[in-house]
Amino acid sequence: MTSDTATTHLITDVGQSKRFLNRRRRETGLGYLMLAPSLLIFSVFVFYPFFKNFYLGFFRTPPFPGLPARYVGLDQFREVLTSDYFTNSFRVTIVFALLTVPAGIILGLLLAMVANQRLRGIGAYRTIFSSTVATSVAVASVIFGTLLNPQVGLLPWLGLTTNPSILENPKYALFAVAVTTIWQNLGLSFIVMSSGLQAIPDEIIEATEVDGARPWTRFWRVTLPLLSPTVFFAFVVGSIVAFQTFGQIDLLTQGGPIDKTNVLTYAIYKALRDQNEGKAAVLAVALFGVTLLLTTAQMRILERRVHYGN
Amino acid sequence: MARVVLDHVTKRYGDVVAVNDLSLEIRDREFLVLLGPSGCGKSTALRMIAGLEDLSGGQIAIGDRVVNDVEPKDRDIAMVFQSYALYPHMTVARNIEFPLRSRKVPENERGPLVEEAARALGLSDLLDRKPAQLSGGQRQRVALARAIVRKPSVFLMDEPLSNLDAKLRVQTRAELIELQRRLDATVVYVTHDQVEAMTMGHRIAIMSDGVLQQVGPPQDVYERPANLFVARFIGAPPMNTITGAISSEGGAHYLVTAGGAIALPSEISGAARNATGLEVVLGVRPEHVRILPHESETQFALEATVAVIESLGHERHVVCRLADEQMVIVRQTVETQRPVEGTAVRLSADPVGLHLFDAATGLRLDAPDPQSVGDGE
Repeated sequence: MTSDTATTHLITDVGQSKRFLNRRRRETGLGYLMLAPSLLIFSVFVFYPFFKNFYLGFFRTPPFPGLPARYVGLDQFREVLTSDYFTNSFRVTIVFALLTVPAGIILGLLLAMVANQRLRGIGAYRTIFSSTVATSVAVASVIFGTLLNPQVGLLPWLGLTTNPSILENPKYALFAVAVTTIWQNLGLSFIVMSSGLQAIPDEIIEATEVDGARPWTRFWRVTLPLLSPTVFFAFVVGSIVAFQTFGQIDLLTQGGPIDKTNVLTYAIYKALRDQNEGKAAVLAVALFGVTLLLTTAQMRILERRVHYGN
Repeated sequence: MARVVLDHVTKRYGDVVAVNDLSLEIRDREFLVLLGPSGCGKSTALRMIAGLEDLSGGQIAIGDRVVNDVEPKDRDIAMVFQSYALYPHMTVARNIEFPLRSRKVPENERGPLVEEAARALGLSDLLDRKPAQLSGGQRQRVALARAIVRKPSVFLMDEPLSNLDAKLRVQTRAELIELQRRLDATVVYVTHDQVEAMTMGHRIAIMSDGVLQQVGPPQDVYERPANLFVARFIGAPPMNTITGAISSEGGAHYLVTAGGAIALPSEISGAARNATGLEVVLGVRPEHVRILPHESETQFALEATVAVIESLGHERHVVCRLADEQMVIVRQTVETQRPVEGTAVRLSADPVGLHLFDAATGLRLDAPDPQSVGDGE
């Protein structure tokens, strides 16, 4: 090869890479341009409020409207997060999640296993089981509010009298709200679990039948492990949803009786209602932190037991 | 080990009849291949033997026991699925062990059995792997190991080679034949691949549209197909079929086609005599057709033109067109003189290679062998 041709090669190479770089730059620019609308919307409605909320936590809201908010640094965080109001609320939220999430998953899985049979008319059951998806929180709350009403509800019809009424009874109120929530989420849980079950190849289940596995063994050794990604997904998402519960609390108990159903979201709402933005901001940061910690822990600990297939 | 007897077995899904009145005996230690195109009911038949499908009619016996109402796990069978159906979350060892574990075989007995099965299929080094870490051929062997570990009486295999590439398929085919011999097992093997059927089966049972067409040793089925379906299904390239009518003149029989009349040799004159006046189909395999120069004069010869020549290296397929546009494929060795495309030739056939079928019913006309249809016994 002469030096002449080598030089020509070099020149064309440089030309090509330059063109390549230009093209890449153009494509990157186009990418950001297409992202811009959603970035804008996210910035205004998510990113800005998110950071502003942290900022608000450093300012104590004055007792009378009109006075300027005072910068207090971390004082307000310390105060609110060590208060009985917060610890109670935190405990209620955890108990509420423990009551609703596992029960929702187990019931949804049970219904899905029933509906996964090849039986005549099973479609009708599938529709019924998934129907609560189409029920709003408001409707579910009104239904259960009525059922539990001491004057007109199911209980007097059954001849049971409750005093105070269940939703006003500190012992049972949270449990009643939890039942309402489980019922309302059951449709979604059923659909998620059904899709998980249907994703398991028929041949694998048939192989267990030929291999001699009894239904119990089949469930624990094959079905559940293969369903673990679905269950894990339902667990993580269900926990996040449970931590954000608001509607049914507001409609059924307003956080009462004596704060026994005052979950974190409702506590934030009450602080805002009392026009205490600073306190609300701190509670919101706490809710974010708790959700983040919990989800991270779930990912770290539980995901090891999840089998993602091939 | 045991024989399997299907007695007038029928499977209906609503109005669709998937398996229609199937009677078949699979002998003890036999390798029987259920062969047919997709949707012919062969897999359904296998699944009924396994107990994965209920019967709509008839009965199935394994050994001396009618198993219609016996659960799959109690039928003393093992099955190899098309997708292998390995448990993806278990290691190879756990997969092989699963049938033993499910049947509560004591732990100290399980280990040696798993090792034995793994050794038989060359999986000893892969016991700690998960199925996702295995190649297709290895997965297939795990499925086989899981089937043999329990030493069942009957093995059921549903297209076990169809997910392997062509080279591996040939190799695994031979391994399966060996394995069956070593285990001395009764095997029912479902496939749509006629090469697998011809090479592996002691007997093959050919199905179409849920109906059993013919049962017999591969060579018999190849040489004496019971009907047009079998004739066209077995063999590649398929048997040539030429439609025409039989006429007789002075003791000689002719097949009259659109392209002219062909004198039929005495070998099939008996069948031809019975079919005089009927519309018939003459079948002749590509290796039984010979190309003659156009000038030659023989008793049985057809005017044709060479359309296309396909060379396969070890042989060639010469596609000829008859006067009425019907196509005839001729299989030639490479040593034979290569014809020239576009030239006129005459086609002659080996008299022993001629088959006569009723065009209306598709049935073989020259004394069909009653033993080869039905359960063969």
